[in-house]
Amino acid sequence: MKFRLFLSALGCLFFSLVSPAAQASTVSVAVASNFTQPMRAIARAFHQATGNQTRLAFGSSGNFYAQIKNGAPFQVFLSADAAKPRKLEQAGLTVKGSRFTYAIGGLVLWSSRPDFVKDGASTLRHAHFNKLGIANPKLAPYGSAAVQVLQHLHLYHRLTQKFVMGENIAQTYQFVMSGNADLGFVAQSQVTRHGKITQGSGWIVPANLHKPIRQDAVLLLPGKHDPAALALLRFLKGARAHTIMQSYGYH
Amino acid sequence: MSFSQADLAAILLTLRLAATATLLLLLIGTPIAWWLANHRTRWKAVVSAIVAMPLVLPPTVLGFYLLLLLGPHGPVGKLTESLGLGTLPFTFWGLVVGSVIYSLPFVVQPIQNAIENVGTRPLEVAATLRAGPWDAFWTVVLPLARTGFMTGAILGFAHTVGEFGLVLMIGGNIPGVTRVASVQLYDHVEALEYTQAHWLAGVLVVFAFVLLLVLYTLNPVWRGKQ
Repeated sequence: MKFRLFLSALGCLFFSLVSPAAQASTVSVAVASNFTQPMRAIARAFHQATGNQTRLAFGSSGNFYAQIKNGAPFQVFLSADAAKPRKLEQAGLTVKGSRFTYAIGGLVLWSSRPDFVKDGASTLRHAHFNKLGIANPKLAPYGSAAVQVLQHLHLYHRLTQKFVMGENIAQTYQFVMSGNADLGFVAQSQVTRHGKITQGSGWIVPANLHKPIRQDAVLLLPGKHDPAALALLRFLKGARAHTIMQSYGYH
Repeated sequence: MSFSQADLAAILLTLRLAATATLLLLLIGTPIAWWLANHRTRWKAVVSAIVAMPLVLPPTVLGFYLLLLLGPHGPVGKLTESLGLGTLPFTFWGLVVGSVIYSLPFVVQPIQNAIENVGTRPLEVAATLRAGPWDAFWTVVLPLARTGFMTGAILGFAHTVGEFGLVLMIGGNIPGVTRVASVQLYDHVEALEYTQAHWLAGVLVVFAFVLLLVLYTLNPVWRGKQ
């Protein structure tokens, strides 16, 4: 993954240097790692539609927040939550009025074993599993959503003993994928395509069991008058980007 | 006060982990160092390279593969399960195993250097005085190479305290079991709790400085020839 990321970053850099496209330019984007896959696809579609290039950096929203506060030259920030873009806005580091929800995440109770999860709520209730992987609810919106689901089902206090916590949803997925945790709450984007579980078994958690997992985007000051950055934000709100997001399990 | 119960628990756990790992590192590292210091076969290069690998590999990469290897689908995980030990990730002993692998070069290399510096002559003399190899090790090598052992122990301990990526990958952030100080610090930063982060980081900085100060004060070789 890292290597492919490196190659594609190198590729982007190379093409941004040699690309003859007349007016097109490059937008520098900080992307929450849970949005890696759809953002790559969106960046390709964006390039086709507008000729503009994107330079994508993937990582933790908390790290990006610290970097942006300390002068990182990103033009657009796609956070994993709504809180960090709002805080940046309060600190005067964003273009006023540019903040919006670009994606709403979905949650899946997932196991890497086929047939392990049939009816998710009863799988949880019977508690025949060694560990329950969740993203750290203090840090990750997918984690706090998972806690809300458990509270809703009145299982939270019974199951805290079984928690193993990933720092983010990617790490939570690794715990479950490797079989170290029988079960875990992961992002729909990680285990579904076009609304179907692609591997193992899982329960797509009904959205009414938790608050919406809102992921907000914001235009940062270095992108203020940049036509390509503005075009990317417009593109993210458009139908084409939404089709891509939906195929990856975002709403 | 910005120093919470959870921070304290994380520090105590870190010290327990580092102490356990250091003890095991000395037990495992010493025979390896001894063998490396006393053999001149082509296998020496291979073993040296394997021991030094954690210096090069990013800790998160090492942690990820340990997660796969020690997990229920991995060969080591299958072995520990069949022995009735369960699997190691998300346990204190899982972290110990990870720490031992990760800090091995920091313990083996100083001990190996120290044993090499002792040379074969004192051992030959000991042998003429009818000391067996075991006896010679305890009465000749250990005293003569003691700074190497001390350096190895302190470096192993310090490196385990500072370890982060590996613990992150195989720990699961369980309070009192796998949530060590470095992970707690990372959580503070990620949660934008910068005040708590500064406190915990301050404690680690002071601790690291004192530990290394002791190391350089004790070690006459590093202090320079006087």
